[in-house]
Amino acid sequence: MAGKLTFQDLILTLQNFWASKGCLILQPYDNEMGAGTFHPATTLRALGPRPWNAAFVQPSRRPSDGRYGENPNRLQHYYQYQVILKPAPADVQAMYLESLKAIGLDPALHDIRFVEDDWESPTLGAAGLGWEVWCDGMEITQFTYFQQVGGIECDPVCAEITYGLERLAMYVQNVEFVYDLAFNGKVRYGEVFHQNEQEFSAFNFEKADTAILFQHFKDAEKQCQELLAGDKLLPLPAYDQCIKASHAFNLLQARGVISVTERAAYIGRVRALAQACCEAWLKTDMGAYKPRFG
Amino acid sequence: MPDLLLELFSEEIPARMQAGAAKDLERLVVGALTDRGLLFEGIKAFAGPRRLTLAVAGLPAKQGDVREELKGPKVDAPPAAIEGFLKKTGLSKDQLKVETTPKGDVYIGVIERKGRETPQVLSEILPEAIAKLPWPKSMRWRAGDPVRWVRPLHSIIATFDGEVVPFAFAGVQSGNSTMGHRFLSQGALTARRFDDYEAALKKAHVILDADQRKAIIFEGVKGAAFVHGLEMIPDEGLLNEVAGLVEYPVILVGTIEDQFMDVPAEILQTSMRTHQKYFSLRDPKTGKMANRFALVANMIAEDGGKQIVAGNERVLRARLSDAKFFWDEDRKIKLADRVNALKGIVFHAKLGTQHERVERIAKLAGEIAGKIGADPKKAERAARLAKADLTTGVVGEFPELQGVMGRYYALHDKEDAEIADAVRDHYKPVGPSDAVPTAKIAIAVALADKLDALTGFFAAGEKPTGSGDPFALRRAALGVIRIVIENGLRLPLTVADDLLVFFADRLKVALKEKGVRHDLIDAVFALGHEDDLMRLVARVEALQAFLKTDDGTNLLAGYKRAANILKAEEKKDGKTYISEVAPDLLDAAAEKSLFAALSGAKTGIAPALEKEDFAAAMRQMAALRGPVDAFFDGVKVNDENPKLRENRLNLLASFRAALHQVADFSKIEG
Repeated sequence: MAGKLTFQDLILTLQNFWASKGCLILQPYDNEMGAGTFHPATTLRALGPRPWNAAFVQPSRRPSDGRYGENPNRLQHYYQYQVILKPAPADVQAMYLESLKAIGLDPALHDIRFVEDDWESPTLGAAGLGWEVWCDGMEITQFTYFQQVGGIECDPVCAEITYGLERLAMYVQNVEFVYDLAFNGKVRYGEVFHQNEQEFSAFNFEKADTAILFQHFKDAEKQCQELLAGDKLLPLPAYDQCIKASHAFNLLQARGVISVTERAAYIGRVRALAQACCEAWLKTDMGAYKPRFG
Repeated sequence: MPDLLLELFSEEIPARMQAGAAKDLERLVVGALTDRGLLFEGIKAFAGPRRLTLAVAGLPAKQGDVREELKGPKVDAPPAAIEGFLKKTGLSKDQLKVETTPKGDVYIGVIERKGRETPQVLSEILPEAIAKLPWPKSMRWRAGDPVRWVRPLHSIIATFDGEVVPFAFAGVQSGNSTMGHRFLSQGALTARRFDDYEAALKKAHVILDADQRKAIIFEGVKGAAFVHGLEMIPDEGLLNEVAGLVEYPVILVGTIEDQFMDVPAEILQTSMRTHQKYFSLRDPKTGKMANRFALVANMIAEDGGKQIVAGNERVLRARLSDAKFFWDEDRKIKLADRVNALKGIVFHAKLGTQHERVERIAKLAGEIAGKIGADPKKAERAARLAKADLTTGVVGEFPELQGVMGRYYALHDKEDAEIADAVRDHYKPVGPSDAVPTAKIAIAVALADKLDALTGFFAAGEKPTGSGDPFALRRAALGVIRIVIENGLRLPLTVADDLLVFFADRLKVALKEKGVRHDLIDAVFALGHEDDLMRLVARVEALQAFLKTDDGTNLLAGYKRAANILKAEEKKDGKTYISEVAPDLLDAAAEKSLFAALSGAKTGIAPALEKEDFAAAMRQMAALRGPVDAFFDGVKVNDENPKLRENRLNLLASFRAALHQVADFSKIEG
């Protein structure tokens, strides 16, 4: 293996790489969310005519994926590295392959493939076409051309590149158990996150108070709707509430208190919020791209 | 004669869409060329992960000239009509000719169109064909441009006789250059004709022809297996898919760790196939799955593929660890103890949970078992266990292993082997090429499973439509038919009328392949009340054999004649002739002998049908042929004496009725 990048080196390398490609290096969004796609820098900025190139790490929480720290690669909290390029550059695939080289995956030594995998997020009303990228048979990246977000057609179309950082690091470091990853030269991933996984698995599956969560969901939904119905258009705070509702729903699912039929209804409610936020966003200066700064 | 070369070079095209796209491109271009009078000598389309290519050989350099004569209005027609004709033809009045016809003098417009140069025509039709390609799923990628294609298009080669055919599609200007393999070639390559093109691609590590790639993979995997004393487990579907994932196939062999080798082979194979697209290998002597797999890379790696193999082995280890974990966990809970969990799985909103469904299937399977000489208790047990594996981890991960896993778990729980086999086989046949179950317990559960789905969905109003059959009910009905017929089961299908009609349609499809005429099936089905498929098929086959004989053909002709006369007269008289024939009104010798023959046939056919001796029933009908022919030769039906006429019509009606005991002959064609 060419590079033995530590976990944090991997992140730093990607940060530098995408910065060199002209991306804004943003920081993680400070709300719990299931994937980088939920970051307003993706969901909202993917819409409207304004060009937008950004890259960021996003901690992603999938309560149902918790395994109490016992599964070699399943985590209820992990990191995604998200790149969003609008409009999608014509050579975006080549740029991506260059990024692999930067982190030590030399295409001359590996078998890299773009395998059909279209992406859809029913909660965001979002969909796109693209691939999962394979390196020697392992899926290391999701590559998507967004077609729709919040039920609204994307024009221009943006490219979203999502690296699963732990998985990628495990591959680069030749590690089988995620907690064995070298976070830096001294500290292993397990020292940082193993207890986290144990505690949050217990929280997600056993302790999270479902009455409170149901109330959270309702409150967030209500607040979101109010913010969008008011005299002042506030899609950004409204969208925060949409994210909160989505996370409350994910936790309720992990607690096993949402039946199959209810599930579809809850997803529909979150989607309605997301759509309303997206529509409102397009009415704002940033969303509509009235150049304010010359 | 000159050739056309067209290449559409794009980002990775989904493997499952490639073959269809090549066909569609060929069809669209052929259609457009033909429409414009451009005939050619040969055409071939190719598809791969990054390109669609079309080679058309032997096109003319230009279209032929066209001369067309259009008939216009009469010379004395209103000026507006003449004006309209001039507009339509683009001619002026003095260019029109006048022709004298029986209807008077009319204007004739002669339009002469010079044939255009082929490249000019191609510049028009190629972008149209590219735009019309019907992808199962397509995307936009250009700002402000609604144009859709499967993935972003990067370049187009379009040459005719070596020269570029200029056009643009989706902002891409056609030219004569393209790219080779993503990692094994550098820079653009140019091509003027198909031969240079294919050769240049090969040099750039792209095998253009999917069939060639398939052959390389097939031979490569075979050879690699042979080196290890093994053979490949054939998998046509996987071969097709993998050929669509690589431009330059390189076969490598990896090892499966020993710790996984006691996991059932089906799990290993499915995991490798579904997730990783690996070919499984086996020991040619024992047929046992080997601890090696073949993978198809798209890369000649600098280290000979060491890292690629190592990487793939690691991925497989993780995959199989998951599978092994599920397999180990699943066996900790007995299949019988899982049945209750089916209460939590909705089968269909209108048809309740899987648990409710299993209860219905168990009851039905028990009833069927009783009728086919199987142990109803065992059938019920097998039916209750049949869906329990849906709650297991392995089936959750690999739904296609439903049934197969159920059998493993049942055997592990020390269930009766017949029951375990039935759990596996009750889904069969899963397709037209799949065998039907032959063990009685499995037959009972398989039939119950399918009949429950069919009756349930029909009752819920979820019948298949012309465009969709989301619950695979056609397959289920065909499965029932095949199980019954191939096992020679005597079993009444007690189902609702609309479902019986559905079975009839499926039966036609099933028997068509065996050369059974669909109209004969209709003719027998039209009698109604036939719910025994074996009896129905026997009757249809006897009828078909009979109709091939001289007697059969003539009798059918006689029937048609009688039916036509009856139809005409019944319409005229506004009544249906169904009354008894009055023997004392029989006059001519031929009608007397027909009456006698019919009386004999009537008493002969019914018992033969009763005994299901259809050959005998046909012989009884054959005996009618002579008297019928003689009747039509010697007797005038529409006698002046209305009483005689009516009696004769009743006689014909009685002939019709006799035949209708066997089949509704009016449905028979020819």
